[in-house]
Amino acid sequence: MSDTVDRETLTRRLLARAAPSRARYEDLVVVPLFAVVVALVLGVVAMLATNVDLATIGRSYLALAYGSFGSLGAVSETLTAAIPLVFAGLGLALGFRAGLFNIGAEGQVLMGGMAAVVVGFSFAGLPFALHLPLALLAGILAGAAYAAIAGWIRAATGAHEVILTIMLNMISYRLVDYMLRLPWIQKPGRSDPISDSVLPSAELPRLFTFIDPNLRLHAGLILMLAAVFAVHVLLFRTKLGFEFRASGENPNAARVAGMKSGMLIVAVMALGGALAGLAGANQVLGVLGRASPGFSAGIGFDAIAVALLGRSHPVGVLIAGILFGALEAGGRQMQVDAGVSIDLIGIIQALIIVFIAAPLLVRAIFPWGFRGRTKRAGE
Amino acid sequence: MMPRFSRFLTATALAAGMIAAPGAFAADFNVCQVTDTGGIDDNSFNQTAWKGVLDAQAKLGVKGRFLESQAETDYEANINSLLGGQCDLIITVGFLLGDATKKAAEANPGQKFSIVDYAYDPVIANIEGQVYSTDQAAFLAGYLAAGMSKTGTLGVFGGINIPPVTIFMDGFSWGADYYNKQKGTSVKVLGWDPVKREGLFTNNFDSLDDGRAFAQNLFDEGADIVLPVAGPVGLGSAALADELGTEKLKIVGVDADLYLTDPEKKQVYLTSIMKRMDATVLQVIEGAMKGEFKGGVVVGTLANGGVDLAPFHDMDASVPAELKGELEAIRKGIVDGTIKVGG
Repeated sequence: MSDTVDRETLTRRLLARAAPSRARYEDLVVVPLFAVVVALVLGVVAMLATNVDLATIGRSYLALAYGSFGSLGAVSETLTAAIPLVFAGLGLALGFRAGLFNIGAEGQVLMGGMAAVVVGFSFAGLPFALHLPLALLAGILAGAAYAAIAGWIRAATGAHEVILTIMLNMISYRLVDYMLRLPWIQKPGRSDPISDSVLPSAELPRLFTFIDPNLRLHAGLILMLAAVFAVHVLLFRTKLGFEFRASGENPNAARVAGMKSGMLIVAVMALGGALAGLAGANQVLGVLGRASPGFSAGIGFDAIAVALLGRSHPVGVLIAGILFGALEAGGRQMQVDAGVSIDLIGIIQALIIVFIAAPLLVRAIFPWGFRGRTKRAGE
Repeated sequence: MMPRFSRFLTATALAAGMIAAPGAFAADFNVCQVTDTGGIDDNSFNQTAWKGVLDAQAKLGVKGRFLESQAETDYEANINSLLGGQCDLIITVGFLLGDATKKAAEANPGQKFSIVDYAYDPVIANIEGQVYSTDQAAFLAGYLAAGMSKTGTLGVFGGINIPPVTIFMDGFSWGADYYNKQKGTSVKVLGWDPVKREGLFTNNFDSLDDGRAFAQNLFDEGADIVLPVAGPVGLGSAALADELGTEKLKIVGVDADLYLTDPEKKQVYLTSIMKRMDATVLQVIEGAMKGEFKGGVVVGTLANGGVDLAPFHDMDASVPAELKGELEAIRKGIVDGTIKVGG
């Protein structure tokens, strides 16, 4: 090996570090983009297969676009639906980065929401500036504590976090049913499981009601953007974030380098749970104003797809969350305008996940979107 | 995934039919319906209410469309997306939409609303509520079931502990009690205590698995006739009865005549407690078209046909003529007020 060759390799490596390589860019951007496109196209196929005529299909996709971004109300609905998905998605992304597959966001959302609602309807007379942060904090802490249980058992016994978090989800459903029937939580005068209403001083204020009273977008939006920024800083600019990523990439190397894997697992689970808890608090304080057995509405599961689609990158999660929010808001309009079932949206979301999970399939369908070898150099 | 997908199939087929059918009428009265989480094709609750709109479509030439709520978080958003003058009448289906409907009606006083299973006190000027004396029909069903049970044990469970659900359970228990009083028997009803207002609830209106599990538990406790009051959840109970055989377990349907709406499992239904939401929905639409809409309530009773007991169909031969005669007498008694439905 001569000196010149060595220098060439070095330059190439330096360049690769300065700008993400094409393969990396393909993985991060092209695959998700194509996954969405293919899912939308296959949605057409699904509709054709169920005897929906072409005119209706055209109308339904127009309605999907209009209902998600076509008006002020539509954008407001899209973002309202996106906010909890982004919160919970960020929490899961942290786990994925650290190599932990946390399925428990649903339970953490429920626990966070319950804590927030209890603080939200208690403490009458507290000023807004104190009551709202307190309710949010309660949600964050409850979510973190609930997730930390799974993290601690994982770290202490080695039990797998997937199983643990699924079990904890089951427990949380029954726990919420139980809590909602406690006399001091249940709404007075009702016999069904429903909580008392959150006081106005703990509500996340709606931002644009001065334009139109039906705009539901609330201050959770600001918190969401702050959370995206905070997670980005945490992951890529702090020692803790580096340790998360390192133990995710190679747990053995991380341990040898002196990182305490047990502590890291508990920390990453708790932080993820805190974000999921915030998603729950956001729903009860910003959208629903109370808690009932179904208030989590599958956010914790949709957030898994959001985190995967966003490639566990904070900005990716933000974009994926808005996309899923758009599908939800647009799907509603699709039902109204074209009479196409809302279940189609579920199918499109499922297809997106399938294609994200199988990037090779996407590459096979769209060979021209990718250049060169399909594997990243050096892997 | 499979039931969801088949749901998707039927819903799209329905939607396609909807779009193909009207046209000819060129009507300009738009009726929009928001379902509860059971979905439009639940074979019972939401489907019956939707049938009212379909009937209005056929009879009066209105244009109907629906929005399915997939979760409770959808209620407000769904109602909001129907505002803005595109609907002459918005019908929300179910007690749980009560708060969201009230909120939307107060924010949009020019929009006409009608809600199934909710009566506002005080009355809201632009909401017409539709409520039902379901306990009258359930009373008949309870009496019938008590007379038909071989084990002397009946079972009942509900979706959520809310008045429009528990009124079925009340009537059913009272009907069985009435049978005991008349005949000196001691038929038990498991799953609901009409005095303490406590009982078995799945806490949802969509899990067929729960319907199966709850019916299994009641069956294990000796019940041979089970009344599931939880919309499509009861389809899970029906599946269990189908496997066990109707000799061991029979189901009493709710809302619609499930013998007709659930043809695959029709043999398991002893009868159904029909809550004719289709009739009241049609009535409200017709009234609104004639300009007779007003805030308040319409009440469906045994007397006006708003609630009723479905025919026994395949089980007709196994119901003794004597019992049929008694049921007829009780029905007359309830209608003319000589028999009080109550604990």
